[in-house]
Order: sequence, then structure tokens, then C-alpha cells
Amino acid sequence: MRYAYFPGCSYHGTGKEYEASTHAVAKKLGMELVTIPDWSCCGATAAHGKSHLLNVALPARNLAIAEGMGIGEVTTGCAACYQQLANANKRMTENQEIRDKVNKVTGKEYKGTLKVKSLVEAIGSIDPEQIKAQVVKPLSGLKVAAYYGCLLVRPPEITGFDDPENPMFMDNMMKLAGAEALDWAHKTECCGASLGVSNLGIAVKMINKILKAAVEKGADCMVVACPFCHLNLDWHQKSVNKQLGTTYDMPVFYFTELLGLAMGVSPDELGLKTHFTDTQKVLSLVG
Amino acid sequence: MESININQSIAKNAQFIEEIGIESGQPVQKCYQCGKCTAGCPVAFAMDYTPNQVIRMVQLGMKEELLKSETIWICASCSTCSTRCPCEVEIAHVMETLRIMAGRSGTAPAGKAKYVEVMYDALLGTVEKYGRTYEVGLVLNNNLKSGKLFNGADMGLPMFQKGKLQLMPSKVQGAAEIARIFAEVRKMEGGVK
Repeated sequence: MRYAYFPGCSYHGTGKEYEASTHAVAKKLGMELVTIPDWSCCGATAAHGKSHLLNVALPARNLAIAEGMGIGEVTTGCAACYQQLANANKRMTENQEIRDKVNKVTGKEYKGTLKVKSLVEAIGSIDPEQIKAQVVKPLSGLKVAAYYGCLLVRPPEITGFDDPENPMFMDNMMKLAGAEALDWAHKTECCGASLGVSNLGIAVKMINKILKAAVEKGADCMVVACPFCHLNLDWHQKSVNKQLGTTYDMPVFYFTELLGLAMGVSPDELGLKTHFTDTQKVLSLVG
Repeated sequence: MESININQSIAKNAQFIEEIGIESGQPVQKCYQCGKCTAGCPVAFAMDYTPNQVIRMVQLGMKEELLKSETIWICASCSTCSTRCPCEVEIAHVMETLRIMAGRSGTAPAGKAKYVEVMYDALLGTVEKYGRTYEVGLVLNNNLKSGKLFNGADMGLPMFQKGKLQLMPSKVQGAAEIARIFAEVRKMEGGVK
């Protein structure tokens, strides 16, 4: 399995554990991730609010470079980068007029031959036996609430690999890692994303609902597949506690961190020591 | 909300109704107000108009009210509404279109909406300059322009201690290509500050 890999701008900042654990797990599974040379921002959470054209052109530059790598499939861990790349890909492959216009803006020709997959889909589509074969430290007894958020599964016309209301890809991977995946109601409820920067007072109410639902189901921890979801649920857990008087202490992992842990990768290599909510209680649960 | 004459509003803003349909590509006229979008919207509690009200206002041509509403900026683009709409209207995409139209028309967002636009501009400002989002620069710019100087200030030290604070921006080699993208878009359609 060979992929053109898009790291995304948080890869060595707020999302650095995701980056580290992605490479560790990919190595275990024999996935080759070839970084797109000189990749640039996908437009993130901002371009779509300013210009339809900019919103397609920023990811299109990366698609054009990736197409030149001759690999055929692109993957990225960040749910927002995935959405941006998949959206641009869909618009440019389905509409010649848009493709020509965007190519003119980027000055690079994208022919529209790529398939864009989220890392959740890329790893989750691997033969379960192959994943299980790598599990040397099963996460037995660990109750995990898999949180997908929005952009990974919606809108289904752009994403489409999993159910938009009750996605199961991460749940299935957690089961393969030996954990118990909880059936819970807030898998795809929005965390507020960049409202955490612009309007924290709104975001804390949204984050609170998600944490509350996970706690009520008895979750030991949550797994996510997006650096922004992680920032909001991990770092801003403190803001929720402060503003709403709650007492959450819920470890939040990237799904690749827990997979890596089950595959025997050391907690240090996975970045488990740089979370804001203490991960030690989960580490002691799984030995 | 002030009272409005619906017949006059529709007649006066017929072009707007058509424009929204074309630009968003969404069949807004199909909405029959079932309210499913609002029922599932995770951020409706913070909006001045709920999502179903926004679509009705589009049908009624209430351009001015919509372009200055906070809702179109507060919408988190989570697409729960779009996924559930029985008429297959991608409401989140309509919101996005309204946001872009508001920007083009020079309507300054007010209240909570203002902070969203400031954040967009701060983020895109770093992208235009470096080719990638520079998290520290984004927060500093955001705080200067929003007037909330100490927004996220409590994050600085812990982020630094965890090695998550990227002090220097990472600049792409093709920075000129990114500048070109911004320049071309401005030339072709405007809307990007």
C-alpha cells in the first residue's frame, strides 16, 4: 500500500502526536506514506467562508503535485484536510469548467485522476487479520468512545466511506486492538471546530455535550481522527470545566495512538506524554 | 425583527433568490419547513436565525437581513443539516454562499460573527504569506484584530512545554505559487481581503 501523504499544517504543532503515531502505525502495517513534496495549506476552516474558488484552488495545488507522483491515492489524517482535498477532487473531476478555471488559478494542471482517502478509511480498509496480527498488547477491558465529528463523514456525497449517522470504521479498529467500542449517541456531533478560537463561549457548550455523553456511557477514553477535535476535546476540557463548573478528566487519543499502543509501540514514540488531559490512567489500565 | 412586506421583498429581491440558487447549486425553493435541520443543528442555540428560518428567508428574498445575520458566520459547517434534509438542500453550503456574498457586498459582520471573520482573515493571512497555516501567527493576528488580546493566552506556556508551539512559521518553497493563487482569485472574483 502506497499513498501520497498530506501531513496538514498542524502536523508539527498541535497535532504532532497524530503525525508521530500515524507513521508508527503505518510502519507496522506496511503502509508507505510518501509526503507530497512542498505541500501547502488546504484552505482549512477559513477558505470556504471567503471564496468558492479559493476553497478549491488551495487544495488543488496539492492534488496537482500529488498526481505528478504517480501514486494514484492520497491520504491524510486530518479530517478537515481530508474534506478539503476530497471536495476539491470531486468538484474538479466532475466538472471540466471548474477544473479548467482552477488550473488556471493554480498555474498547475490537475487532470483529475486521484482518489482521496482519509487515514481512517485507508487503515480501516486493511484486512482485519493483518491488523490483528500486529496486535501484541491487546487493550483488553478498555472502554472507548469513538468520536468521528463532522468532516470525516459528512456530507456523504464528498466522504461516503462510512455511515454519516453511525460510522463504524474507528469502532471496528478499536475492537481489533482488543478494546471495547461503546455504542453512544454523540459520535458525529460537532465539537465547534474553529469556534474554539473565535467564540469559545459557544464551543464549550458543544464540547460539554460530547464529553457528557461519553462519560454517561462509562467511557475510559475517547478516540478522534482530527487535530481540531483533539484540541477542543483535550485542551478545552479545562475551559469547559472552568466555564461550566464540570469536572471532566477524560483522556482523548488519536485512533492511531491506541492502535500503536496495542501494536507494542512505546508511549513516548506515540506522543502519549504530550496530551493535556492525563493519559496515565489509561496507560495503567492497559498495562 | 422588524415587520416586512413579503410581497414587496420577493419582488425586489427576485434576483437575489435566483443568485443564491445558482451560486450554491442548491434547490432552496424545495424547502417545506419541516425543521429537521434546526432540530439537529448543534449550534442553533447561538444563532440569531435558525437554519430553517434562513432557508425561508432566502425564499422570501430577505437579502439584507440575511447578509447581516450572525447565523451565517456562526454555522460551523458540520453539514448535519445537509445530510438530513429530506429535500436534499445542502443547507451548510447555502450558509457558506451567504457568508461569501456578505463578504463581497461589504456587509461587516457584527457581534459573535465578527470574531469568525477575523479568525478567517487571520488564518488566510498566514497561508498567503507562508503557504501554510502558522498557528502562533494566527492566534496573535486574531487577537490583535478581534481586540480580545488575551484570547488563548493561557494556552501559550502549556503548549510550549509540550513542544506543540511552533515558534517559527514553516514556509513552503513555492510560496510565490500560493501568492499567485490569492492574486488570481482576487482578480477573478474578489471576496478575499
